[in-house]
Amino acid sequence: MIEAVWKIESTRLIAAIARVTRDIGVAEELAQDALVTALELWPEEGVPENPGAWLMKAAKRRAIDTLRRGHMLEQKHEEIARELEWRQQRLADALERSMDQVIDDDILRLIFTACHPILPVEARIALTLRLIGGLTTAEIARAFLVPEKTMGQRIFRAKKTLSEAHVPFETPCGDELRRRVESVLVVVYLIFNEGYTATSGEEWARTAICDEALRLGRMLAQLLPGESEVHALLALMELQASRATARRGRNGEAVLLSDQDRSLWDLAQIQRGVTALEHARRLGGGAKHYALQAAIAACHMRARTAEETDWERIVLLYDALMQISQSPIVALNRAVAVGEAQGPAAGLDAVDAAARLAGASALAGNHLFPSVRGDLLMKLGRFTEASEEIQRAITMTKNLREQELLTERLKKIEKAALSA
Amino acid sequence: MRFMMMVIPRGYESAAPDTVRSPDAAPKMTEYNKALQRAGVLLALDGLFPPSTGARISYTDGKATVTDGPFAEAKEVIGAYWIIQVRSREEAIEWAKRAPMSDNEVIEVRQIHEMPDFPDDVQKAPEGFESRNAVVK
Repeated sequence: MIEAVWKIESTRLIAAIARVTRDIGVAEELAQDALVTALELWPEEGVPENPGAWLMKAAKRRAIDTLRRGHMLEQKHEEIARELEWRQQRLADALERSMDQVIDDDILRLIFTACHPILPVEARIALTLRLIGGLTTAEIARAFLVPEKTMGQRIFRAKKTLSEAHVPFETPCGDELRRRVESVLVVVYLIFNEGYTATSGEEWARTAICDEALRLGRMLAQLLPGESEVHALLALMELQASRATARRGRNGEAVLLSDQDRSLWDLAQIQRGVTALEHARRLGGGAKHYALQAAIAACHMRARTAEETDWERIVLLYDALMQISQSPIVALNRAVAVGEAQGPAAGLDAVDAAARLAGASALAGNHLFPSVRGDLLMKLGRFTEASEEIQRAITMTKNLREQELLTERLKKIEKAALSA
Repeated sequence: MRFMMMVIPRGYESAAPDTVRSPDAAPKMTEYNKALQRAGVLLALDGLFPPSTGARISYTDGKATVTDGPFAEAKEVIGAYWIIQVRSREEAIEWAKRAPMSDNEVIEVRQIHEMPDFPDDVQKAPEGFESRNAVVK
């Protein structure tokens, strides 16, 4: 039960303390101290009526104690001592005020700080899950298949970096706000994908990570109601997650979108996604990055069967997406859509264009390029070339399940070649 | 994991068709709903008309029989529900404990079925992580 209270209260607690300490590392420590006190007292005295307020009070006591102790250490000169005493009193007052009333801005500041661009992406993800998700280091480590010690060090270093760089605990404004919102959204979407696209790791951990990303998305939609891309990302995640059950087969193998049993799609979740996307559009953000991706997902969800998919519209949406970011992966996805809308020959040209875009980057070695090319060649009846491409794809992926899927396709091509 | 928090108001089983919740409770309820929303856990919420406006359809030997409400045999009926997405059963209970209910109301917390668990060997397969991580970097 204490753990449940912690999950609900920790973010508010850390955010409120950080408003005063201006250091999220210190704030987290103080909040943790309060939790330890609760773990000692609650089993004996029972859970208090208002556990959130109780934790706040305990954290405040710890904070003031810590201030006092720091003050004792530094009390070398009387003058400094007097100055410190005044500061301590002021801080204690501020702490008193801040804890009485946690405002949404505190939580927003906490999110912006945890996702600060100064930190490497992995550190932002870990810190966000820890401070806003209320996950333990062990839970985060398990979800990312990293030893707990490594994850602990990552979080420790991140807090140290923020502290040493004197990153202000604030909500940015103007152009800076847009940049920082982007940084937050990237983190949330990476967390989601970590859970969603993972073909490994424990099932519960992956689902938990996906759910956490969705929860963060909903929180952000409340905190930044005017930011269209916040709603668009939420839409994208809801729409993708609505297919979670359908995209895994009985043995956990991946099921392609075109082969999915659409009756397994979560209609309520699709509806939530569509509503969020409409919200983003009303805010004038229909042509932005996440909104376009969500629109593509929505387009797929609207089709009752794979054959009913409006591929022409999907190609147009990918065209718009390409105008924003010339990503080889977007280009490859576009090629698949072109193949469906305009035929395999046009799709093949589009794959080549995507491959040129990938150039010599790490993505050029992605097995999806020969895999998509192989599919299109098969549709054109060029079976020898098709099987060559699929064989190439098999050597390019280390993922056993992916290899199995490709091997199955290879068999299909050979069968088609025989009957041709 | 998702949970349904069902509100079971005593006496609602025999309430008149036009019964509404006391407006005194509304501001507190709005505040509670906002807290659920701000925490990012709220998926859906609805209030239901009393059973006297409803109907029960029962099935015997493949045949459906319709009975209009109110239902004499019903002791406890649902008046409203929330669907929340939380991390544990305990968290769902903790949220339910915070709901501003009156003395004659009960909240029943029930987990919603999710995707069936996969066999262990599938869950433990570690391949593919490196390649996925490379894209993240």
